[in-house]
Amino acid sequence: MAARQNTARKRDQIPARTVARPAPHAPRPSALDRLIHDRTRLAIVSALAANATLSFTELKALIGLSDGNLSVHARKLEEAGYLTCLKAFEGRMPKTEFKLTEAGHRALRQYLDHMEAIIRHARSKTRA
Amino acid sequence: MLSGVPVPALHERAAESLEFIRDTMARSASFTAVPGRGGVAIGVIGVVAATAASQSTTQWMWLGIWLIAAVVAAPIALVAMHLKARTYGFTLWAGAGRRFMQGFVPALAGGAILTWAIVRAGDFDILPSAWLLAYGAGVLAGATASVPVLTWLGSGIMLLGAAAALSVGHWGDVWLGTGFGVLQIVFGIIIARKHGG
Repeated sequence: MAARQNTARKRDQIPARTVARPAPHAPRPSALDRLIHDRTRLAIVSALAANATLSFTELKALIGLSDGNLSVHARKLEEAGYLTCLKAFEGRMPKTEFKLTEAGHRALRQYLDHMEAIIRHARSKTRA
Repeated sequence: MLSGVPVPALHERAAESLEFIRDTMARSASFTAVPGRGGVAIGVIGVVAATAASQSTTQWMWLGIWLIAAVVAAPIALVAMHLKARTYGFTLWAGAGRRFMQGFVPALAGGAILTWAIVRAGDFDILPSAWLLAYGAGVLAGATASVPVLTWLGSGIMLLGAAAALSVGHWGDVWLGTGFGVLQIVFGIIIARKHGG
């Protein structure tokens, strides 16, 4: 799992200049939201976009992360204001619930728009 | 090329990202298209069927009443689910909707086959428990991909099925009316209030 994540992380960290150079009017990779471009954080944001709230345990099971990994990535997203983390007690059991904020929804929409723009641009180039 | 490994084109990586987001969302979403108001309508049919069946004079008449109730209720459930799913912008045949169906439908199919076998054997008294247990198992299996309240509905119906199995030949319509009628109405109202209609 960790090895796969490392591979995914390394792949995501390939500098934009090593990828095929885009045409002058193509959406620039540098304009990408690097925070959610990371596969793990993108998975967290996507899962939360499909649910009103998810508990720490649910999110961990859905994405297949360790406690530590989820905490680290969730904290980064929380610091960016993309999600809120609500800690409460259910009986005597502590329960952590995550919720995507409006900024988080907006960031995901912008990321989706960006990906679609890249694909549209590539298609228009192929047709031309 | 990067260290001999071909780097995918930018648009290929973008398409990959979109696919990744779509997959994650489909995997994470719970199936919220279980119809509350449709459930209430099915419950009313259940109560009417239980009342009518309790006054039937023959076993075949009793079976006919319940089969008519099932034939009337099934399209109501399907149309209500389809309409609610459409409101939320997803389909019954993909993602969480498909997972729900994969849990729910096999149990119903099993119940239908059991019905055929039990009727052939002429042991009509077993039907209430078989129906309740099969339907309850289907609801419980579907609940794994849906709203948590369905777990309680499925468990309640299975308990009634167990009670019907323990009291074979007695109160069959009471168990059926409570499971397919009263519980459906109560949980239908809860789902309608908590999960948008």
